[in-house]
Amino acid sequence: MSETTRTYRPRRDRVWFLRSRAYTIFVIRELTSVFVAWTIAYLLLLVAAALDGALPAFSAFAAQPWVIALNLVALAATAFHSVTFLNLAPKATVVRLDGWRVPAFMIQGGNHTAWLLVSAVLFWVVTR
Amino acid sequence: MIDVLIVGGGGAGLRAAIAVAETDPSMTVAVVSKVYPMRSHTVSAEGGAAGVIADGDTLDEHAYDTISGGDWLCDQDAVEAFVVEAPRELMRLEHWGCPWSRERDGRVAVRPFGGMKRMRTWYAADKTGFHLLHTLFQTTLKYQEIVRYDEWYVTSLVVDDGRVHGVVAVEIRTGRVEAIAARTVILATGGCGRVFPFTTNAAIKTGDGMSLAYRAGAPLKDMEFVQYHPTGLPFTGILITEAARAEGGWLINKDGYRYLQDYDLGQPTATPKLRSMELGPRDRLSQAFVAEQNKGRTVETPYGPVVYLDLRHLGEAKIEARIPFVRELCRSYQNLDPATDLIPVRPVVHYMMGGVHTDLHGATPVAGLFAAGETACVSINGANRLGSNSLPEILVFGARAGAAAAAFAREHREGEAAAVRSQGADEQRRLRRALESGGTGPRIADLREEMQHTLEGAAGIYRTHDTLAKAVETLESLRERAADARVDDHSTTFNTELISLVELHAMLDVAETIVASALNRTESRGAHQRLDFPARDDERFLAHSLVHRAPSGNPSVGLLPVALTRWPPGERIYGRD
Amino acid sequence: MSAKATRAGRSTGGERTITLEISRFRPEQDSEPVFETFDVPLRDDWAVLDGLNHVKDQLDGTLSFRWSCRMGVCGSCGMTVNGKPRLTCGTFLTEFGAGPVRIEPLKGFPVIRDLVVEIDDFLAKLSHVKPWLIREGEELPLTTEYAQTPEQLEAYKQYSMCINCMLCYSACPVYVLNPDFLGPAAIALAQRYNLDSRDQGDRLDLLNTDEGVWGCTFVGECTSACPKHVDPAEAIQRYKVTAAMRSVLPWARR
Repeated sequence: MSETTRTYRPRRDRVWFLRSRAYTIFVIRELTSVFVAWTIAYLLLLVAAALDGALPAFSAFAAQPWVIALNLVALAATAFHSVTFLNLAPKATVVRLDGWRVPAFMIQGGNHTAWLLVSAVLFWVVTR
Repeated sequence: MIDVLIVGGGGAGLRAAIAVAETDPSMTVAVVSKVYPMRSHTVSAEGGAAGVIADGDTLDEHAYDTISGGDWLCDQDAVEAFVVEAPRELMRLEHWGCPWSRERDGRVAVRPFGGMKRMRTWYAADKTGFHLLHTLFQTTLKYQEIVRYDEWYVTSLVVDDGRVHGVVAVEIRTGRVEAIAARTVILATGGCGRVFPFTTNAAIKTGDGMSLAYRAGAPLKDMEFVQYHPTGLPFTGILITEAARAEGGWLINKDGYRYLQDYDLGQPTATPKLRSMELGPRDRLSQAFVAEQNKGRTVETPYGPVVYLDLRHLGEAKIEARIPFVRELCRSYQNLDPATDLIPVRPVVHYMMGGVHTDLHGATPVAGLFAAGETACVSINGANRLGSNSLPEILVFGARAGAAAAAFAREHREGEAAAVRSQGADEQRRLRRALESGGTGPRIADLREEMQHTLEGAAGIYRTHDTLAKAVETLESLRERAADARVDDHSTTFNTELISLVELHAMLDVAETIVASALNRTESRGAHQRLDFPARDDERFLAHSLVHRAPSGNPSVGLLPVALTRWPPGERIYGRD
Repeated sequence: MSAKATRAGRSTGGERTITLEISRFRPEQDSEPVFETFDVPLRDDWAVLDGLNHVKDQLDGTLSFRWSCRMGVCGSCGMTVNGKPRLTCGTFLTEFGAGPVRIEPLKGFPVIRDLVVEIDDFLAKLSHVKPWLIREGEELPLTTEYAQTPEQLEAYKQYSMCINCMLCYSACPVYVLNPDFLGPAAIALAQRYNLDSRDQGDRLDLLNTDEGVWGCTFVGECTSACPKHVDPAEAIQRYKVTAAMRSVLPWARR
């Protein structure tokens, strides 16, 4: 029902993500997705090489210093992404048992345990 | 042309709006409110809403509790209608989604409350008013026909020839003053606690509707009956709900003694006993506090004397389940935890039993003008309202006023009255003058403060002729000085100073009627206690005070007999049966 | 923005004081907000709102802001205090040590004047999600309730606690960058009804959109800002799961 009056609308803030620590961490988490994507592409290349019997060539590619450096960064980024993702998971999965709400730390703990177990199995498969 | 224009977007106003929309979708209904509806003070109600639903409870018992609680000043025909409709209205809210607290089997739960003989108070934890208001507000969003004027402040009613024709309101955001033509107007602006310095009431509770009606020629009723709630936090005046005592909380003095046993309110028991001790009525509990203070058994703090509310024995789990808001408020605003600490409390102005004189359908003597809720006085609250009767009251009488106004609007189809335009223009000029020239006298806040302390001194828990008579003079002088109050803000955009000025004038109207009515009632009844007339006098004062605005502008007080049906006046008995 | 000279109060002599830097925007004279500073008494039990009222009552009657209940339930007095969205009635001045305390209007909303923002868009969003109980078929008579166990009540209770203070919108970078985003409180309100055992409505079309739940990038600041522990971030993520399930499995429950 209101008549319009002149209001002040601030200009778009181009560096809004620097305004608070929470925003900055959020943006870093979003940026780590790029490395998650690279890791998936890298794995697909590995699988393709294995199927084509071109593993030696792939190994030579993987052994180059810049690829190793990239993968180290990607490992760190992916781990950061996974940890933060699993910590946020209870927000999307509310579990109630007979009215009692399973607390967030249990869901997070379950997620991290599952993640470690899968990692351990993969480690065993790869290194056996 | 609006069929039903409602001033106020709290519980009573929104309930009335829905009542109109439901009875006749072709009607245009407008809600004009100085704040967005969900900011209305209904939101702060905590404890619950009374309505007979439990096994073993009866309508007659609810009526008797209400009438004896009101010290026989309630109109008994109104109370009888009220107790019948209260449970239906509360159930309607359930059907609209209100998150009432529940029994294990899924039925609505009820809790004990002060002055009530049975468990009959419905509750949504201890945020009952909050949930009730949001449920009502969200339900109104369903109805396209309900038009809202949010943040519009009504400054006067358009009245001509004994009949209301609309309102004049200012759009706060733009400063635009507009006359809005309406076939009927319902006042639902709530109470006037801000007339006092120490109150649970929100900043917006400035008695606007009472003043509007009074100036339009409708009388105010029983204005001397101001309820002090016994348990407010010092400094902020934040309310600690009666539900805290209903769940088993104790009131103790500085010696840790449950002092209510000394005031004919029964003997202490470990678990709460209905209509006894801490579950006595609010007027008696607040009066007991003053007696303790006189005996030197209260605790001094920078914000005046206090006693303690002890909830520690209830345990954290029960506090968290039943009264979580009490804990939240204590932690956030008083920096203590009721699970481990005593809560300092003192009586605080909470509710206005009086208000615009209406009949059972909310109609005032001015044709087309209705009122409902705390603004109105039907009266079901008499000389002292029982806790948890006010929420059902806004629903029952909000709905009744809505239906009655719709019926009136259906029968009066004439077009816009000439008075709308002319009185609108007058009001526009008056407000422009106030805005542009402004006064150079005292600050609005200083005048307000002086008025508040005058009222506290003269019309507090105990009153005498001399202090009241002196208050009449002080208020007259305040009225003169307020005419030249200083206004610094000359902007038309969201000018809250101008609104404060109009509110101050409204509060002065209300203050005058409170003092005049209190002066006239030379007896003690319920919340009106005269030290010079300590006894109830049914001979002369089994009657409502009715105060009109005389042509001189001064209040003129008369009496109107109470409607009695089945409950002859008797003694109020608490704690002994 | 420029700061003007400090105006001291008349009643502050000898008392501890704290400086408030208050954002002023008077559309008749300012093209953009400016800061004005005021010294107000620093008392242990004074909230930021008490400081603002001291300014309004004693120092400068032209300062405009909204407030009402001063007990954290009416939702009127949200402002940006030292960069964070806060309810000023529940934020104590002592929290800021020696000060100063910078008070600005809620970010993300157009400013009408001083500390008052325009909230029409927010209200339109609330209405948009159909925040009322939707029932089909015959209504029960007014003598009977729709049974709801305490567990069923618990399932949505938290989302019914929103006071519409809009701190979550102000904290949400998505909303601030894209005002079309439905936003935290409106989606939480939709979930309040979705998860109510009495409700039979379907709000999928309203929520399963780019401006609805999928606009949320899960920054999580709405939940941090919420003074009533509604946890709108949780409400949104839960509905993303619901919406995804229903898109893949048409027979999935809401």
